[in-house]
Amino acid sequence: MAKNIIEKIWDQHIVYEEQGKPDLLYIDLHLLHEVTSPQAFEGLRLANRTVRRPDLCFATMDHNVPTRNRDAIKDPIARKQINTLQSNCDEFGVELANMDHPDQGIVHIIGPELGLTQPGKTIVCGDSHTSTHGAFGAIAFGIGTSEVEHVLSTQTLWQTKPKTMEIRVNGKLGFGVTAKDIILAIIAKFGIDMGTGHIAEYTGEAIRNLTMEERMTICNMSIEAGAKAGLISPDETTIAYLKGRKHVPEGDAFDKAAATWLALASDEGATYDTVVEIDADEIEPFVTWGTNPAMGSGITSHVPYAKDFESESDKEALKQALAYMGLEEGAPLTSIDIQHVFIGSCTNARLSDLRAAAKVIEGKKVHSSVTAIVVPGSRTVKKQAEEEGLDAIFLEAGFEWRESGCSMCLAMNDDVVPTGERCASTSNRNFEGRQGAGARTHLMSPAMAAASAIAGHFVDVRELQATKA
Amino acid sequence: MEPINKVVSVVTPLDRKNVDTDQIISKEFLKRIERTGFGKYVFYHWRFHEDGSEVKDFVLNDERFKGSKILVAHENFGCGSSREHAPWSILDYGFNVVIAPSFADIFHNNCMKNGLLPIKLTVSEVEELLANGQQQPYSVEVNLEKQTVTGQDGKTYSFDIDPYYKQMLLNGWDEISLTFQYEEHIAKYEERVKQSV
Ligand code: SF4
Repeated sequence: MAKNIIEKIWDQHIVYEEQGKPDLLYIDLHLLHEVTSPQAFEGLRLANRTVRRPDLCFATMDHNVPTRNRDAIKDPIARKQINTLQSNCDEFGVELANMDHPDQGIVHIIGPELGLTQPGKTIVCGDSHTSTHGAFGAIAFGIGTSEVEHVLSTQTLWQTKPKTMEIRVNGKLGFGVTAKDIILAIIAKFGIDMGTGHIAEYTGEAIRNLTMEERMTICNMSIEAGAKAGLISPDETTIAYLKGRKHVPEGDAFDKAAATWLALASDEGATYDTVVEIDADEIEPFVTWGTNPAMGSGITSHVPYAKDFESESDKEALKQALAYMGLEEGAPLTSIDIQHVFIGSCTNARLSDLRAAAKVIEGKKVHSSVTAIVVPGSRTVKKQAEEEGLDAIFLEAGFEWRESGCSMCLAMNDDVVPTGERCASTSNRNFEGRQGAGARTHLMSPAMAAASAIAGHFVDVRELQATKA
Repeated sequence: MEPINKVVSVVTPLDRKNVDTDQIISKEFLKRIERTGFGKYVFYHWRFHEDGSEVKDFVLNDERFKGSKILVAHENFGCGSSREHAPWSILDYGFNVVIAPSFADIFHNNCMKNGLLPIKLTVSEVEELLANGQQQPYSVEVNLEKQTVTGQDGKTYSFDIDPYYKQMLLNGWDEISLTFQYEEHIAKYEERVKQSV
């Protein structure tokens, strides 16, 4: 029977199954970071347990780390969390890319970069954006700290088999439209709980045409659609990206692995519990105006009116969102002024993202009322960008060029948007207070955020790009 | 974790949908390396103004609901981040049960591991509970064994729960100890993988 890739990977990883119980699933790769792991390691110590497979774990520091003056973390609680990860990794023998390590970066950026992320794996991390790794054709999902502890001690998890969903993106993308716009458009169209209880596979011509970095942007935000995980069947693009990476096999072993990986792709005629479709050519560069990722519209549009919604609870949600965001119903998106620009996060801080932003701002200046920062997703991305001279372009335009980490995506470190101010952000969440108490976040692509930095308000980046071409 | 079966309390009506884990526990409180002590930070930015004074009309600050053990909210409760600090803070504040029409997957899992009972009722049932709870303090009895929620007026709602998690919650079992009983299967799986490479 034709199987989809989700069923194939799931079935391969069942350690134990019994009627009336979730499946006991084997985990191939466990990524760890400083914020959601300390209580798990402490749990192991209290129960006198060990890490079953330290060789399948990899840790880094990202959420909490400063993006400048790294040697002096002023906040003692943050410093303690960083030091705790170091000592836990030392004690339990887990490989760690700490703040000074050349491989350090946001966990979802370095997993693929180092070739740890591979097709067919089950991958978990105490972080909901673990779905990013699905871009390679892996089942990758976020877990809580109790589950982190469970995986550390047993390398398994009890998991109820989720339903499967196909999200098909038909046709070709229009000029100036990016992967970020696709995923924001999908979420706006189908809602932030469209994927609850499902693992989603993205298919269709527009998805096939994406690079690996673009696919990661899409899969990253699967969780914003409520899906447990999102993935894309591996193809030649996947294989080409993996070749030569640090943890990927070489020579004959690579060829053998590549054949196995390609065979994981969903079979012709495979079916799904739920199927949704969107046409690529109806997607515009996107901007969110509200307080969850589904509250967004194409840039040529406007903030919606209450009358556009049917249910009372949706009208109420709009009212609450606009009150928080300081916006009026019907305001054209291009009329909204911003004070901050953040180019970073596990969604959009890879080399191609920085290139896209640099291209827009080259030779221009950041608007005088805007503070703009670039936070590369990893130290490797930072180094590569510097070798290409991207840092000079950003600095010349008036952006700040920082060290890698999560930074203003969740504002756990010093990178905070002040109350009532507005930020054009390439990250993935625009929840109330996400970038700072009272801060107003608008999600968009790197090119759109860069264009906003120059204009001081949202603009349709295609206009800039068209005059350039 | 603590076993849970019967909970009797007035309901706290939180009239919101898509309550995300960033709202439940804001990031500035995630730096602690303990599992305890998060209750005072739950819904912090909804409970307090920037100067630390209480937001008067926020439901958790309403005297009538002080000491409530049952939180009721609209769809998609607990969406967003995987932070287990969310159920930790809800439990530590004093709630043992959250009732909503739907929950985000990771949050739902996290509840099960901590003895916080997530109950799914239909949209109209939840709306009824919210309406009752908003008019005047409305007390219900939750019974996990029987899978029922019974209002003070006798109105009873029943709910579904995965039998595996039901047992875990009723007994307060530690899941890791349970899994160790499957050690043989795990070892066999690892052996098979080794040989196939
Ligand atoms: S960049 Fe943002 S979304 Fe990604 S892992 Fe860090 S905090 Fe989470």
